[in-house]
Amino acid sequence: MDLLEKLTILSDAAKYDAACTSSGVKRSFQPGKIGNTSSSIVGCCHSFSADGRCITLLKVLMSNCCSYNCQYCINRCTSETPRASFTPKELADLTIEFYRRNYIEGLFLSSAVLRDPDYTTQQMIRALHILRYDYGFNGYIHAKAIPGTSSELVYQLGLLADRLSVNIELPSEHGLQTLAPDKSKQAILRPMSFIRDQSAQSKAELVQYKHTPSFAPAGQSTQLIVGATNDSDLHILHLTQSLYRKYRLKRVFYSAYVPVVENTLLPSLDTKPPLLREHRLYQADWLLRFYGFHADELLDKQHPDFNPMLDPKSYWALNHMDRFPVEIMSADYETLLRVPGIGPVSAKRIVSARRVSHLRFEDLKKLGVVLKRAQFFLTCGGRMRDGLRFSAATLLQQLENVEKGQLLANEAQQLSLFSSGG
Amino acid sequence: MSWESVIYQYDGTFDGFLCCIFDSYLYKEFPTAFYSDEDPVSFYSVRSVITQRDHAKRVLHGLHRYPSAVDILHRAFLTCMPDKEDHLYAFVRKVFDGGADFMRNQADEIYAPLVKAIRHLNGELEKLRGFIRFSDYNGTLGAEIEPKNRVLPLLRHHFCNRYANETFFIYDRSHKEILLYSRGHSRIIPVDSLQISLPGEEELHYRALWKRFYETIAIKERYNPRCQNSKMPKRYRSTMTEFLEVDYEKQRQAFMPTESPADGLPPYVPNAKSAPVIPAECVQSAPVSAP
Repeated sequence: MDLLEKLTILSDAAKYDAACTSSGVKRSFQPGKIGNTSSSIVGCCHSFSADGRCITLLKVLMSNCCSYNCQYCINRCTSETPRASFTPKELADLTIEFYRRNYIEGLFLSSAVLRDPDYTTQQMIRALHILRYDYGFNGYIHAKAIPGTSSELVYQLGLLADRLSVNIELPSEHGLQTLAPDKSKQAILRPMSFIRDQSAQSKAELVQYKHTPSFAPAGQSTQLIVGATNDSDLHILHLTQSLYRKYRLKRVFYSAYVPVVENTLLPSLDTKPPLLREHRLYQADWLLRFYGFHADELLDKQHPDFNPMLDPKSYWALNHMDRFPVEIMSADYETLLRVPGIGPVSAKRIVSARRVSHLRFEDLKKLGVVLKRAQFFLTCGGRMRDGLRFSAATLLQQLENVEKGQLLANEAQQLSLFSSGG
Repeated sequence: MSWESVIYQYDGTFDGFLCCIFDSYLYKEFPTAFYSDEDPVSFYSVRSVITQRDHAKRVLHGLHRYPSAVDILHRAFLTCMPDKEDHLYAFVRKVFDGGADFMRNQADEIYAPLVKAIRHLNGELEKLRGFIRFSDYNGTLGAEIEPKNRVLPLLRHHFCNRYANETFFIYDRSHKEILLYSRGHSRIIPVDSLQISLPGEEELHYRALWKRFYETIAIKERYNPRCQNSKMPKRYRSTMTEFLEVDYEKQRQAFMPTESPADGLPPYVPNAKSAPVIPAECVQSAPVSAP
């Protein structure tokens, strides 16, 4: 089988993985090696595919010959899909040549379970070893830790990669038992805590010794599938929060379930992927990480799911109108951050600008505030914006109208169908 | 105090612009417009500003207490902002008059246009760091771009760092200048046109692989051209491998007779034997950071 065909099969099989960032590690060039890692905090996007997702890394599987039988997965052993495996050298060549041409920022290497987890990981290690040591590759590598791999091999993998990830995929144990009988909650969480501990230890050692090997310096991430099971947004958000806190994850990715498999346990094949819900979860994820929100503030048992028509922050503000409006000239940074339409960047600009100038509503636009949304929650010099009219009863509708402009035409249509059905 | 209104003509360089500021204070003149590439036609009198290193240095020295203002000046000069010099002149005047405190407020009416232009420049830089596509011409990597802002001085550090062990060039078609790098040395020089030799079999092979990867990685059920277009505006795609034919150079040459470069400059033809040679006297120590 030629390389073009292999690449087609193995990138097609890898495309459902949402993680494609190159952030979290800064490494300048080293003599005799090729590459550096992006200096920007957000990583570097090299292209955008037709679905609008960023392409940063060469995202492929080492192999798609799987011995597991997860029901939701296209590569499960009972599925009739063409199979292929890269040799370690092929993969290393492909990566280095793509990198030289600035197609990619590095490699995202995952794999199906070829024979058993240990053998699979050994193959991956071999490929990364060629890249790092034979070719002097100094760019970004994200590798998947296959659940069930021995810790010794995970450790070796972590020394070669910048970021490791273990995919949880199904957000509840019940989901795992029914849909992924070969995986268990323990088999997933064990490597996660191992990676967390090794990473912390390696960081502590680096403070003391200059030349200690660094283990997964960009930390670890995971992915949750949204919409394959009946888990609520609240449940997913709680899980996310505890992953950030207990396992020190850098990122949790959400992947709207795309039905690729016919199975009575799963949504039918004509189900549309819940893209809007995925979008709302990402917004909420940002609120947890950068805005100081807790999962319990955003949702509760009475309202376990987001209103898809509104972004989570507006939804929260609407339910806490007693805290608003806030005065732009005096509110502290944390309070400004909770105003819909103001983010960390614009909040900082406001705090800086108001020291030298009296801010007006027109100025806020120049500072990057989304005034359409923020105007309902702000006063400038003690006064609301001129000509602004709203009441508690109309605000929801007005905010939804702001949001409609942001949504895709077909998404909005999907929503109106929902609402007319009650 | 009323200064006379005069049109300033200068050589278009950063130092030249600083000399305009110098002369304006020296002769107590207010530059109503700046010209660099064409002859002004106007009722105002015209001053031809001569670029002198020490004049430029004195202006920079006058600003040295405000390093953030100097950074802004450097960066904004590379942008494609309309009436760039007028905005920058007003900015420098304001700093000289009352210090740089007003820069805390990005909505300030003198400062805001600069902030906007620099945001546009930074956006283009961030995109190009990812979107630039190199081709391997017998061991030399080559890329072409068509940016709106003059980005090469700001891309220099990133790419010289990333490909420290390679020999490469990036040609800016819009501003007709080229960044050359080889063995730790880099320089940017004006080049009127560029003729590139045809790529070899291996290059075509990797282009085909990349195009295939690009097509395969998209999830059909999530097709979203609006999102794609806003993240990757179409103007960038004319130089990106995934949107070009594998052998686009060959097809382009078939349509266009090989034109002779203007102004008597020799064409730049990279290949293995004449990889970019950098004259020793112009060499700067590299990797070089932004000016």
